[in-house]
Amino acid sequence: MTVNIIIFGRLTDIAGNSLALENIADTNSLVKELHILYPALADAKYVIAVDKKVANENTTLTENSIVALLPPFSGG
Amino acid sequence: MDKKKLYERYQRQIILPEFGEEGQQKLLQAKVLVIGAGGLGCPVLQYLAAAGIGTIGIVDDDEVALNNLHRQVLYSVNDIGLSKSERAAQILGQLNPGIQIIPYSERLTVQNALILFEEFDIIIDGTDNFSTRYMINDACVLMNKPLVYGAISRFEGQVSVFNFKRNENDEAVNYRDLFPNPPKEDEVLNCEEAGVLGPLAGIIGAMMANETIKLITGIGEPLSNQLLTYNSLKNQFYQFALSARKETSSLIPENEVAFLQTDYEWLCSSERKESEIDPDVFTGLIAKGNVDVIDVREPGEMPAVDDFSNFKIPLTKLSENTSLIKSETIVAFCQSGQRSLQAVKILSSIFGEDKKIYSLRGGIVEWKKLKQTI
Repeated sequence: MTVNIIIFGRLTDIAGNSLALENIADTNSLVKELHILYPALADAKYVIAVDKKVANENTTLTENSIVALLPPFSGG
Repeated sequence: MDKKKLYERYQRQIILPEFGEEGQQKLLQAKVLVIGAGGLGCPVLQYLAAAGIGTIGIVDDDEVALNNLHRQVLYSVNDIGLSKSERAAQILGQLNPGIQIIPYSERLTVQNALILFEEFDIIIDGTDNFSTRYMINDACVLMNKPLVYGAISRFEGQVSVFNFKRNENDEAVNYRDLFPNPPKEDEVLNCEEAGVLGPLAGIIGAMMANETIKLITGIGEPLSNQLLTYNSLKNQFYQFALSARKETSSLIPENEVAFLQTDYEWLCSSERKESEIDPDVFTGLIAKGNVDVIDVREPGEMPAVDDFSNFKIPLTKLSENTSLIKSETIVAFCQSGQRSLQAVKILSSIFGEDKKIYSLRGGIVEWKKLKQTI
């Protein structure tokens, strides 16, 4: 099972523009895995969206789920 | 203004069947408060004034600077040093003398926010810092005002409409449902640090003006409970559905008294760190020697630094490249002194107490500024 991840804002400096990870059951395990692969992400602020919905709690991922990592911006 | 002239001015929008004379009347009766007359505020103000929003308030305590002009296209070189809100009000008054424009040359604070918001129907957030953004959001929730939100960083922008119900049964999602707590200063970069292209501010600002007109006239589908993102390098738009979080209401001051007591600056600031050194201390350290100075900016960031010996290890690659560091004292620097604080954190976790590790306060920008004045 592949999960595709699109990365936004300055988070791309840490993890690139996109990622594909195998066998990740839900967003909580995804966060754990991401923070092992990219420790700097643990210090960054972001929310996770699954299939274009911002996930407020742990969300199950399915085959070909598209996940987005969205950081806050403050520029104006 | 006489009716014929009024019709002529707005004719191209009045002939839209969805909009009509009724839409124009709604705009002329609307009162909109624009906070921040900068990169986002300028296009928002220009389009709203041109469209005939009856009353526009402009809050900004800043003055026009030369490095604003690449994106704040309302102003010209003659405006440098003048109050943004005052100048914007004058320029917009020339564009459309038939509307009322009220400049507020003051900083938005918990003391004036609620009083100001009272006078307006819709609030527009074009500010450039998190503490004001969270303050605006909370005030809008407390006063039940729709909030048009936009933010930019480098090549990306975000737009949304918060605290607005399209239908009675909808939930009114606000900024804290998306990002419950403000990030600390070192968790994100501000505009000054991150850089931004002018047209992006124009695109996102124009979208904010468009959402405002939709809210007032009731046409189309506003971005309530949605976050729109735009990437100007890839021409990619994404739209994300937002939903309310249970904990949000506990994060927002429950009443006016609690709001007045909230310190938004503090919520967003990282405390003054012992590991920071001022530019003059830094100059002294270099003179003494036995110090490794590290530029933790990403490759290609300007200005280039050849005023003192330093080596470049971008923050993102710092932890893998510490073998290059030999001296007992390390000073990290970046553009404005935020990323170098993160570098101190990383280096301290590697070297512990073995080395003295500092961050240059204010970054290379501040250092160059001081050096010029000497």
